[in-house]
Amino acid sequence: MTTAEPMNTVVDISDLEISFATDAGTVDAVTGVTLQVQAGEVLAIVGESGSGKTVTARSILGLLPETARVRGAVVLTSKDGSDSQDVVPLRGSALREVRGHDAAMVFQEPSTSLNPVYPVGWQIIEGLRAHGKYSRKEAREKAIDVLRRVGIPDPEERIDHYPHQFSGGQKQRIVIAQALVLDPGVIIADEPTTALDVTVQAEILELLRRCRDDFGAAIVLITHNMGVVADLADQVAVMYQGEIVEQADVRTLFSAPKDPYTQQLLAAVPRLGQGVEHTRARAARRAEGWAEAAPVVEARDLRIVYPGRLRKPDFVAVDGVSFSIRPGEVLGLVGESGSGKTTIGRAIAGLTKVTDGSLQVLGAEMNGFKERTFRPVRERIGFVFQDPAASFNPLLTIADAVAEPLVVHKRAKDGGAARPRVDELLEAVQLPRAFGDRYPHELSGGQRQRASLARALALQPELLIADEPTSALDVSVQARVLELFDELQKELGFAALFISHDLAVVDLLADKIAVLYRGQLVEEGTGAEVLGAPKHPYTQRLLASLPVPDPDEQARRRTEWNALRE
Amino acid sequence: MATATPTPTPAAAPGGRRTWRTLPVVLQLRQSVGLQRGMLVAGLVLTGIFLFTAIFAPLLAPYEFDQLRDANGPFGAQAHPSSNHLLGTTVGGYDVLSRVIWGTRTALAVIVVAVLLSFFAGVLLGLVSGYFGGWLDRVLVVVCDAIYAFPALLLSIVVAIVISGGQSSLLGGILAAAISITVVFIPQYFRVVRAETVRIKSEAFVESARVIGASNGRIMARHVLRNATRTLPLILTLNCSEAILTLAGLGFLGFGIQPTAAAEWGYDLKQSLADVSSGIWWTSIFPGVAIVLTVLGITLVGESLNDLADPRLRGRRAAGDGPPPAGTVEPGGAVVGSGLATGMPDAPGAIEGYSA
Amino acid sequence: MTTTTTEPATGSTEPAAPAARRKNGGGLGSYLLIRFLLIFPTIFILVTTVFFLMRATGDPITAALGGRLPADQLQQRVHEAGYDRPLIAQYFSYLGDIAHGDFGTTLSDRRPVVDVLKTFGAASLELAVYSLLVAFIVGIPLGLVAAYKRDKGPDAGLRVFAILCYATPPFFSGLLLKLIFSVGLGWLPVAGRASTGTEIELSTLPNATNFYLIDAIRLGDSEAIKDVLQHAVLPSVTLGLLVAGIFLRLVRTNVIGTLGSGYVEAARSRGVAESRLLRKHAYRPALIPIITVIGLQIAALLGGAVLTETTFEWKGLGFQLAQYLTARDFVAVQGIVALLAVIVALTNFIVDIIAALIDPRVRY
Repeated sequence: MTTAEPMNTVVDISDLEISFATDAGTVDAVTGVTLQVQAGEVLAIVGESGSGKTVTARSILGLLPETARVRGAVVLTSKDGSDSQDVVPLRGSALREVRGHDAAMVFQEPSTSLNPVYPVGWQIIEGLRAHGKYSRKEAREKAIDVLRRVGIPDPEERIDHYPHQFSGGQKQRIVIAQALVLDPGVIIADEPTTALDVTVQAEILELLRRCRDDFGAAIVLITHNMGVVADLADQVAVMYQGEIVEQADVRTLFSAPKDPYTQQLLAAVPRLGQGVEHTRARAARRAEGWAEAAPVVEARDLRIVYPGRLRKPDFVAVDGVSFSIRPGEVLGLVGESGSGKTTIGRAIAGLTKVTDGSLQVLGAEMNGFKERTFRPVRERIGFVFQDPAASFNPLLTIADAVAEPLVVHKRAKDGGAARPRVDELLEAVQLPRAFGDRYPHELSGGQRQRASLARALALQPELLIADEPTSALDVSVQARVLELFDELQKELGFAALFISHDLAVVDLLADKIAVLYRGQLVEEGTGAEVLGAPKHPYTQRLLASLPVPDPDEQARRRTEWNALRE
Repeated sequence: MATATPTPTPAAAPGGRRTWRTLPVVLQLRQSVGLQRGMLVAGLVLTGIFLFTAIFAPLLAPYEFDQLRDANGPFGAQAHPSSNHLLGTTVGGYDVLSRVIWGTRTALAVIVVAVLLSFFAGVLLGLVSGYFGGWLDRVLVVVCDAIYAFPALLLSIVVAIVISGGQSSLLGGILAAAISITVVFIPQYFRVVRAETVRIKSEAFVESARVIGASNGRIMARHVLRNATRTLPLILTLNCSEAILTLAGLGFLGFGIQPTAAAEWGYDLKQSLADVSSGIWWTSIFPGVAIVLTVLGITLVGESLNDLADPRLRGRRAAGDGPPPAGTVEPGGAVVGSGLATGMPDAPGAIEGYSA
Repeated sequence: MTTTTTEPATGSTEPAAPAARRKNGGGLGSYLLIRFLLIFPTIFILVTTVFFLMRATGDPITAALGGRLPADQLQQRVHEAGYDRPLIAQYFSYLGDIAHGDFGTTLSDRRPVVDVLKTFGAASLELAVYSLLVAFIVGIPLGLVAAYKRDKGPDAGLRVFAILCYATPPFFSGLLLKLIFSVGLGWLPVAGRASTGTEIELSTLPNATNFYLIDAIRLGDSEAIKDVLQHAVLPSVTLGLLVAGIFLRLVRTNVIGTLGSGYVEAARSRGVAESRLLRKHAYRPALIPIITVIGLQIAALLGGAVLTETTFEWKGLGFQLAQYLTARDFVAVQGIVALLAVIVALTNFIVDIIAALIDPRVRY
């Protein structure tokens, strides 16, 4: 955004250093950060976990815990440019005056940033009254007005509703309304769409764009998602280990990244369409007669219902789904929250009961499933869970955990006897043998997910179910885990059900993609078919909502998406 | 990616090498800082004195607990503190200091029996009930909730009547008091362990054991039990305090242990009730202070353990970004909701939480 | 929760997860109905437990009069009271009696247990009201202060105070207060609910409520009011502090939890003042769990009341219960305990309703 008129700087951070006092001594979170945010522009701060991006952004509002030590200057200028001051030394009421008025914040989790026991209007008005004198009526009118402008239907009525009566996307709109009502010069949005579905994310991004264009607010956008950056940002700062490694306008950064870290980060982002070639190569390698082989998993009109308690209606999680997975085939299951994708994975593993229809897993019928008869089948199935932190018993070493399947199925007498095999497995997932003696919390997220893969593959299963295995990981870590998954699959030839909310990730690995929407399978086909020429309107919407890491391409897609919305 | 919490969860981090330094209490002592450490140390000191006195009571006490006379004749009733009787004598003619010292033994014996009995019964029931669910679970929950809601003291009285008919020998009295306390405590352990079991049952690591094909017995023993009982040390301490208070309450109402069978503070306080109006203070103050200090010590230890285990309550390290409600031990001694967060720190040593 | 999943918690309009759905919605009506229906098994379980426990020792007449009457007379009395019937038959007739509101007749003074409640219940209620007042006034503000000043000096001091409140049995704290304020300073009476003169005066009142303060006010005698209040101070403080310690802890723990929540941080980011964050944003949401647990503390209050009433000869239900215990009148004990079970169950129900009414997630 280059305009001739001089833009005034709303946020001017210079030589910011932030450190935290911890038990292990002082830890530097941010070192030597210098940044400017101009009025009316969107500055994205990008980085992976631990990069210091949130700490930097929070320092603008003085919202750091007591253990933080801040040096440097954060000069905040009010929207009309009349007043500017350094926030770092501010305390008490002087700091409160700045908060909300000059800079406001939008948080990651809309569900936790609204107080559950007060109506949303009350919470908006509270901010107003903290910064100025309003009569009851004026304040209410202003709140209704802002709710309408962020796209809440029937604001006159809904102003008195409580947070739990809104959906996740609406809650985030209300949080944004809370920020907008005070007409701040800059809005700090901390991962504002990370907790939301892709289709909702697109809406919120559009709203944030309007915050800039219609309300004239500058936005500091903190995110790890390069697609979101490409969609919304004007300027980008890339942070790595507490420092800014590169700062550029959005086009330059995506087209000609200079810093090696930025290059690596961009390379790690999965892109739509990347998988087409890959899928073709895999198909070419298949042996004759593959298509006729008996499927490993076959679902026919599968229906899974969670019974409602206390006269509440039942919840139909999976509603008449049919699909099959052949030996050695990778099926990617895509859907948003509540689509039933995880439920299907769990049903295949015998963790959730089938209500109706048929589900054949390695020849065993899961409708009317009995744990005892299914147990022998279990050794032919591996499962990788979403959260690598939670899927290991904190009291067992990694080696013990990986040895569990071997011991349970009597391949080894105990953990010690299984150790040679465990070491082999750890090596296969590219973890040093010595990691076997560590406890889960001593590993990073990516390392734990590798160990989880090792455990799933311990018995050389014919079928692997991976439920969002990389959604809790940083992009660069995700890329390496996906690569490993792909290599192992090629080598061991297991069939896999790969569950994800991310179309691009699924596209990278899967032979076939199935799209779930509200418990129904709306589209199924190869990556080229589903992503290239989606037939179902939901798939089209899903695809259009997905921001791609390329500003120009994303601008084009946005127009398409806007057209679809009509 | 959004890493919400790097909270080091030391109490929930039994990982690392297992040495004496990771033993409960020792571990917490090392983790604690500032005032929190002060409270823990004060509690440990008071509890230590209590244990020491109980173990060495025969050496410390100048007289037997039921001694009424020595070579110089009877002690006399309600005698002022003097060189012979440092804390005076009671209305019944016993030496106050001796009875206070011997009283620690009775209290300790009751605590040990009561807590052991209720611990095992409660843990087993809670584990099985929480893990398998079903109608048995539902019935047990309703029963335990009903008992839990009822005044512990009244129930103890009823049980004490059943066991001893109100009059007790030493062993009978201790057992009566201990069992009556047990009945009240079982629901507490049951609730805590069951809640933890239900929570842990749905954790990914238990599901992953199920997917592997591990049997229920193996899952319960290897994966659920040890994780579910992590909160117990602190409930244990809180129940110890309650055991002392209940024992004293029973004694005060005349359902405790007879003075000739053992020294018991609640009984002595009951006897001294009438003394107060005539201004005789030494018969009541000392047994009362003994109760207060013992309970204070044990409760301080329990509270500190609770704080260190709960990320919301632990000191500064978790300041501001601990995960939302884990579980808390309410004053009655039972844990509401789930216990410890299993949240492990992500990359070791990182404070990346703040850069979520 | 080390990592926040990318899978969102709630979708736009579609239900997120069945578990999440179950928590929300549902309606106040069915919630209240279930809470109400739960009263009955609670009472049933407690009454049954107490009945079989008490009978495990034998019949109450032998327990009360054994050794004092010749064997044949004793046998005669036991037979008349029906205690030689099979236990199950006795149990069902007992259940039937309770269903009709008949909790038995005491052995020692031959009064229906329900009459005992009528005579002494008001006194206990009066003490409970005063004590709760003390507990709320002391416990809640101090709990808020402790939460706000957590891990600093005032917090540590208040927490030790809370533990001391809980660690001091009421009969000992009562004794101490008596020693200081009655015997030492002579400011307040040692025991009883009123001085003899006032009691006689109050007993002349037609339709006496037996809630002495109300009666004294109706009498319009300022001396009597003063006398009644003076008698109430020490017992109320004794029992009140016991409960106040619990409240203080409860408020502190829950408010610390809500103080660290996202919405408090969000409100802070909008420039809301700290005191308002504490009073409005942290306290209100914390109140829901606090009230639920306060319901469970009714048990502590009742247990403490027995001890406090005995200490101060406050002639309420607890005092009377201790008398019957000493007299080995187990029919009376069983009756009063069963009655208390009903009271506990009802109070918990009422508390649950209040908690539900405060929580908008249950209301709507």
